[in-house]
Amino acid sequence: MRGMRLAGILARSGPLTALLLLFASSAVWAGNGAASAWTKSLPDPSEFVEILLLQNYNTRLVVGGTTLLGATCGLVGTFLLLRKRSLLGDSLAHATLPGIGIAFMLMVAAGFTGKNLPGLLAGATASGAAGMLAVLAIRNTTRLKDDAAMGIALSVSFGIGIAVLRLTQNMPQGSAAGLESFIYGKTASMVFSDFWLITGVSLCTTVACAMVLKELTLLCFDEQYAAAQGWPTLYLDFLLIGLVIAVTVVGLQSVGLILIIAFLITPASAARFWTNRYTSMILLAGVIGAVSGWFGSSFSALLPRLPAGAIIVLTAASIFLFSMFFGTARGVLLRWIEHRRLRRRVGRQHLLRAAYEILETGSNQPHIPNVSIPFPQLLAHRSWSAAHLRKLLRDARREDHLEPSAPGTIRLSENGFGEAARITRNHRLWELYLIRHADIAPSHVDRDADMVEHILGAELVHQLEAELQPRAAVPASPHDITAAAAP
Amino acid sequence: MHTTASATSSAVDLRPEHPAAFPLTVHDLTVAYHRRPVIWDIELNIPEGRLVGLVGPNGAGKSTLLRACLDLVPRTSGEIQIYGQPYRRQRNLVGYVPQRESVDWDFPVSALDVVAMGSYRKLGWFKRVGAVELQNARDMLDQVGIAHLAGRQISQLSGGQQQRVFLARALAQDASLYFMDEPFSAVDAATEVAIVELLRELQARKRTCLVVHHDLSTVAQYFDWVVLLNMRIVAAGPTAEVFTRENLQKTYGGKLSVLDAAAEALRHGAS
Amino acid sequence: MNWGSADTWIVVTGAFCAAACALPGCFLLLRRMSMMGDAISHAVLPGLALAFLFTASRASLTMFAGAAVVGVLTALFTQWISRFGEVEHGAAMGIVFTTLFAIGLLVIVRAADHVDLDPGCVLYGAIELTPLDTWSLPGSGFAIPRATLLLAGMFGFNVLFVYLLFKELRLSAFDPALSTTLGFPSGLLHYLLMTDVAVTTVAAFEAVGSIIVIAMLIVPPAAACLLSRRLSTLIVLSVLLAVLSAALGHLAAITLPRLIGFDTTSSAGMMAAAAGFLFLLAWLFHPGDGLLTRHFPRSLFRSASGEPESESTSPESPSVPRSAP
Repeated sequence: MRGMRLAGILARSGPLTALLLLFASSAVWAGNGAASAWTKSLPDPSEFVEILLLQNYNTRLVVGGTTLLGATCGLVGTFLLLRKRSLLGDSLAHATLPGIGIAFMLMVAAGFTGKNLPGLLAGATASGAAGMLAVLAIRNTTRLKDDAAMGIALSVSFGIGIAVLRLTQNMPQGSAAGLESFIYGKTASMVFSDFWLITGVSLCTTVACAMVLKELTLLCFDEQYAAAQGWPTLYLDFLLIGLVIAVTVVGLQSVGLILIIAFLITPASAARFWTNRYTSMILLAGVIGAVSGWFGSSFSALLPRLPAGAIIVLTAASIFLFSMFFGTARGVLLRWIEHRRLRRRVGRQHLLRAAYEILETGSNQPHIPNVSIPFPQLLAHRSWSAAHLRKLLRDARREDHLEPSAPGTIRLSENGFGEAARITRNHRLWELYLIRHADIAPSHVDRDADMVEHILGAELVHQLEAELQPRAAVPASPHDITAAAAP
Repeated sequence: MHTTASATSSAVDLRPEHPAAFPLTVHDLTVAYHRRPVIWDIELNIPEGRLVGLVGPNGAGKSTLLRACLDLVPRTSGEIQIYGQPYRRQRNLVGYVPQRESVDWDFPVSALDVVAMGSYRKLGWFKRVGAVELQNARDMLDQVGIAHLAGRQISQLSGGQQQRVFLARALAQDASLYFMDEPFSAVDAATEVAIVELLRELQARKRTCLVVHHDLSTVAQYFDWVVLLNMRIVAAGPTAEVFTRENLQKTYGGKLSVLDAAAEALRHGAS
Repeated sequence: MNWGSADTWIVVTGAFCAAACALPGCFLLLRRMSMMGDAISHAVLPGLALAFLFTASRASLTMFAGAAVVGVLTALFTQWISRFGEVEHGAAMGIVFTTLFAIGLLVIVRAADHVDLDPGCVLYGAIELTPLDTWSLPGSGFAIPRATLLLAGMFGFNVLFVYLLFKELRLSAFDPALSTTLGFPSGLLHYLLMTDVAVTTVAAFEAVGSIIVIAMLIVPPAAACLLSRRLSTLIVLSVLLAVLSAALGHLAAITLPRLIGFDTTSSAGMMAAAAGFLFLLAWLFHPGDGLLTRHFPRSLFRSASGEPESESTSPESPSVPRSAP
């Protein structure tokens, strides 16, 4: 029991604190470094301008390349996220390793230089595709799940890749040094051909996505329905994986493995917090990816010894963290506030309705007088604790629903009495609606009592009111109120 | 099998402090996901030793009510007591039969293993399942009529057999109050009969069962208490008093097919 | 091929490592969290780097502690992001480990002046070098590699862990809600398992590199899962497969490259590859349902499957709920 509570507390507050601490410490660390770099080589304002306006040729390439790549990865990553296969990029990135090594060995054996870029890319693509085929095959022919299939492909090809790369390092002909840049990337030394490659792949990917947008969305949303409608889901899966392979292989050799994984996952996940529409989510993910790429590479170009890949990942992660808390569609803060508000509103409604019902049962005249209610009677009316009721009363006083009365009693203010009557009326209308229209009611009912006319329409509300008690301002409860209080 | 007297005394032993409390008391319960309420203002007292059918249309919040009783979903307001105490103090009195879809049937366990899980609480941490528990589990499987399938991996059982395994596990738990989420869904006729017999046996032992049920035509036959739920409690009480055409209409609205089923149910109840 | 005592030690070390990883790996597989090993092994980089920076020594205990702490944090962050942000678990894991890795990389690069820590070396390790760093039993001349001792200890710990918590781990993986209602909080068990995975991962790749760890957490349990439908058998089988892949892997590493005119290659890499090979065999030939064997009549395997098949009810009965494809 205590263990569970501890785990609960840890899960609730621990990670937040720890994450913030980690972020803070790394920021301080980077900041320290930045400060010392500052004093060592103070970049004058013109240098800032030069980099921010992309006047430097090399900066232009790097910033342009990473921005484009970020946008494309955000786009493709959205589909991966919606398909619940975000880690496929991770698996794929590792699966390209054997291909790179084998392509290198083959090219050297055939008498070429070995570091021919198209050759290496072809090898990476081929073994990446083989790895992804293995993932699909394992998933579709065994009872193993997605995660195991991806893990097997990842770890086995990683092992083979390391073994093959070790062989290439011992090759007498051709230097294999630099093949590791496929793993860690070499963002800062991107060259013109890299840039064009990224541009080409980005264009093709974007066009392909735009063409099969609705098919891919359907596949991600409901694979079985898509298959039943006659869409070739297997080929659509191939297409999606093909797009991922394209961006991963290109990105891998220019920015590195970890960055490409982050690019495929983080922007799409961040975008999800801001929107509930997939089209805007795709666009937003692209923008977040592009912004992280642009900011990260510019920042790392400004200061010495900041690896661009790491800065880009951290930028994207910061955007994610910000989105997670403040996102306007599914943000944590938003949901927390909504939940608090709901609790409050439910509490207020319970209090006012209880007061009204007590006043109602206490009088047999058509006009209900607003008199003081003894605290114990209110307490007995519903099953709430005294402490909880006192808190509700404090809230009600703040909202001007109560007016001062003799100690031990509660008296509604004019404002509060009106509100209580309104809430009770709406509640009874809802109840009546549930009874009269029970078949469709559960999907229509909204607890927010203010919404009754808004949702049901004035006409239906009049009808319901008329049905119960044509003349009373507040219709009688459709069931016995006193029964609920005394079980 | 227990005699009635010994079962009563053991049930009293389990809860010496609150001999008079109801097995389940729900006060003022409201549960909301995001902004939408799922159930609201639930007031419910279930008396001891009843077979209670929890009935209502799709989306009426039946499973949510069950899960709220087990602290598996957060409550927006209200409180729930099991024999007069909050659930977390009374875990050992409560048995739970989840919906069949809620677990991975590819999991590498045999039917016997699953039934033995019912005895875990008595075992506590670190202690291993021994011969006594396995024999007990075998007896329970025998009671639900599938002792010959004990060694089967659970995905190799039919839907009805899987449901029986779940029930046998609940039996092995030896609780005083059982929550069952749609035990009758998608089972064959023989299993349905077996489940009903089992429920009756539990009732004979003074156990209380709250069963989410879909099929209106069998409610009057199976349950002696009924809770009609459609976001709020429409009616709760002995089947003969509560399971009326009027209440059903309040619960299900004007759906013709449902009302036909209800009419048939009433005929059953009358005969 | 000339097999020396160094080769024996490499195989023994690799086998202990593989077996130690396969044990918690079985439960990761059942909880559908196989990628956790990969995530943790990348994510611990900042832990290693910071521990190294603060103590300015490579004393393995501080590094170990730093990495283990960050490993557990990875699991915590992942759980937290997926629960409070309602982000899919895999995506949350990906975000967390890439971020932590980036922080680690940044720390290392920023501190490159006074730090000599090669991320490549940390990640890939060098199982070939383990026989060089030995510890002698006092009083006798018998020397045991330190890594072997460490991993044997880790293996022993994991055996104990799985033995003691067998029923709890099984229950919470099978039915978390029931586990919690029975008084074994599934959240607590999740964190216990994650802590064990993190400690195992760190202990193993501190000694032999991350490749073996990532592979052995996933591949032998997955292969064993195809071969057996009983959890206890699955666990024993996955340990055996793990040990077998370690032996086969090293053998392949020192023999296969000679066939095409090279010297030896990475033993760790080949151990992972060997595990993959064993998985492939299991996939193709496992009793009754293998890719190649599924077309044979089931009766051929009745005795081999080890399960009493008293009557021939179809396992593919239409009412059996299939998990999402």
